[in-house]
Amino acid sequence: MTLKVEQVSAHSASEPHPGPHEPVFVGQTLAGLQALYPLYATRQACLLPALWMVQEARGWISEAAVAEVAEVLRLTPAYVKGVVTFYTMYHTRPVGRHFIQVCTTSPCALSGGEETRDALLAATGCRDLGATSPDGRFTVTEVECLGACGFATPIMVGNDFIESVTPERVAGILERYG
Amino acid sequence: MGFPHPSHPKETVVLSQYFGDAGARSYGGWVERGGYEGLKKGLAMGPEAIIEEIKLSGLRGRGGAGFPTGLKWSFMPKNDGKVHYLVCNADESEPGTFKDREIMRWTPHALLEGVAIAAFAIGAEQTYIYIRGEYTEPWAIMQAAVAEAYAAGALGGNAFGSGRRIEVILHRGAGAYICGEETAMLNSLEGKRGNPRIKPPFPAQAGLFGLPTTINNVETLAAVPLILTRGAAWHQALCLGNPKSTGTKLISVCGHVQRPGNYEITMGTPMKELIYDMCGGMRPGRTLKAVIPGGSSVPILTAAEADSCVMDYEGVVAAGSMLGSGGMIVMDDSTDMVRQIWRLARFYAHESCAQCTQCREGTAWTTKVMERILLGQGRASDLQLLLDLADNMTGTTICVLSDSCAAPVVSGIAKFRGEFEAYLAKAPTLLPTLQTA
Repeated sequence: MTLKVEQVSAHSASEPHPGPHEPVFVGQTLAGLQALYPLYATRQACLLPALWMVQEARGWISEAAVAEVAEVLRLTPAYVKGVVTFYTMYHTRPVGRHFIQVCTTSPCALSGGEETRDALLAATGCRDLGATSPDGRFTVTEVECLGACGFATPIMVGNDFIESVTPERVAGILERYG
Repeated sequence: MGFPHPSHPKETVVLSQYFGDAGARSYGGWVERGGYEGLKKGLAMGPEAIIEEIKLSGLRGRGGAGFPTGLKWSFMPKNDGKVHYLVCNADESEPGTFKDREIMRWTPHALLEGVAIAAFAIGAEQTYIYIRGEYTEPWAIMQAAVAEAYAAGALGGNAFGSGRRIEVILHRGAGAYICGEETAMLNSLEGKRGNPRIKPPFPAQAGLFGLPTTINNVETLAAVPLILTRGAAWHQALCLGNPKSTGTKLISVCGHVQRPGNYEITMGTPMKELIYDMCGGMRPGRTLKAVIPGGSSVPILTAAEADSCVMDYEGVVAAGSMLGSGGMIVMDDSTDMVRQIWRLARFYAHESCAQCTQCREGTAWTTKVMERILLGQGRASDLQLLLDLADNMTGTTICVLSDSCAAPVVSGIAKFRGEFEAYLAKAPTLLPTLQTA
């Protein structure tokens, strides 16, 4: 008998067994990365673009992917991990199918950002910030300033940038993301 | 123009003329609207003449520092035989600021034209436009614009047949406020953590990949083409009395006004006109309490200070703050200043790159002390503690992130001390009620 443990918070979530790492940089993806090399004076400068490619392909950046990127770009895994963890948009653990970022920095906090955050947490079933909903659909996080302060509250769902979100609009927006 | 609102008669619509006009986005549409004439003229003028014209125009950096643009370009070494770079700072992430986003969304070719002129002027064959990772829509629009500009021959190995190579590469950030600091941006471009560098050497000597580099903000570069087509004198004349601040400025207004949005004003416009006329004033039944005029990193102004403030570089300094990036956060009498300053402190604590002790510890301590004050657990000595921390955080670090955290705290305590004291007098909250990520 196996004991089913619900993931309540990303911080306590254990990573699923990744299995053998399927390389990301093969075929077209590798060609895409190689096409960037001539645009920069060093191969290291292709690191951020390479990490974006990993995240687009896999949804997050695993330890194995870090090692692969390091090898392709002739860096060390420790160095790559140091860069990955510096930037907030790279996920170092799996997230829900739709990753929601809600702005609650000062201008949005003045204009209902915190209420919108609470509505998103309630409507998605994500109990805590950073946690994934039990159905695996959503992960909700707070984000610092999305740069659309005049259109409070901006949120991002995956790559979609949505302005002027209010608690009333939350249900309608979430419907679009299965 | 007060995008998303119609243009207000008190605005001076230059950069924002085509905000909301999707037809201006395409290369053809931009050319129909007079686009790329500035670049053609610039290519004929030559680098020295362009730099002189920009110096004469009085254009100053619109990203926050207000440094004279022509002078900055003139710092680039001449005939040194080295590769030169131009980096366009499109990492707009200063809370309260959302103007560069609109420039990229509506007039991507205005930016590309300015980029090409600047690159030509400083002898750079390659330009990187560093766009913050969250700006997915501006990214897509810029990508399409770059492709069109290459196809039309405005960019590439032989820009408009000039024999000059002007390449533009878009580079996507990945979520880090500090990468808007120019040397942190260079590190990030090089595939490193976005830690600011110690200056000197300044980027004009040793910048990207150790080579001479100029970094300019989106709005600064977008303003360049019209200075060439209309002339420096036209730009100089866009000023209401103070010849040190010329041109128009996009002011992003957010918070408790009736019509938040971007407004383009002539330098020297009274803040009062911006808030009460262009933005329609405060929400019904509310009065102005405070304004952060230049993005969250500058000192807070009281309503009285805001009322007499003139919106240009020197005017806002005279009022006790800074014009900064022109991101104006307006707060009405319903605002809990202590809570807002805590929010700001938390922002800086989150965004500190952590390489300088004063910043790493100072922003975290400030946030924690503010938190306990909010929870009614503050100590009588906490205000002095915050001021001592702020003192240690000012002028002591590689970049100004920690100074930026200290500014609202110091001005907040000076100007709204009563609100802090009211919290200190409160009974402690038993359960922490602040939701923190």
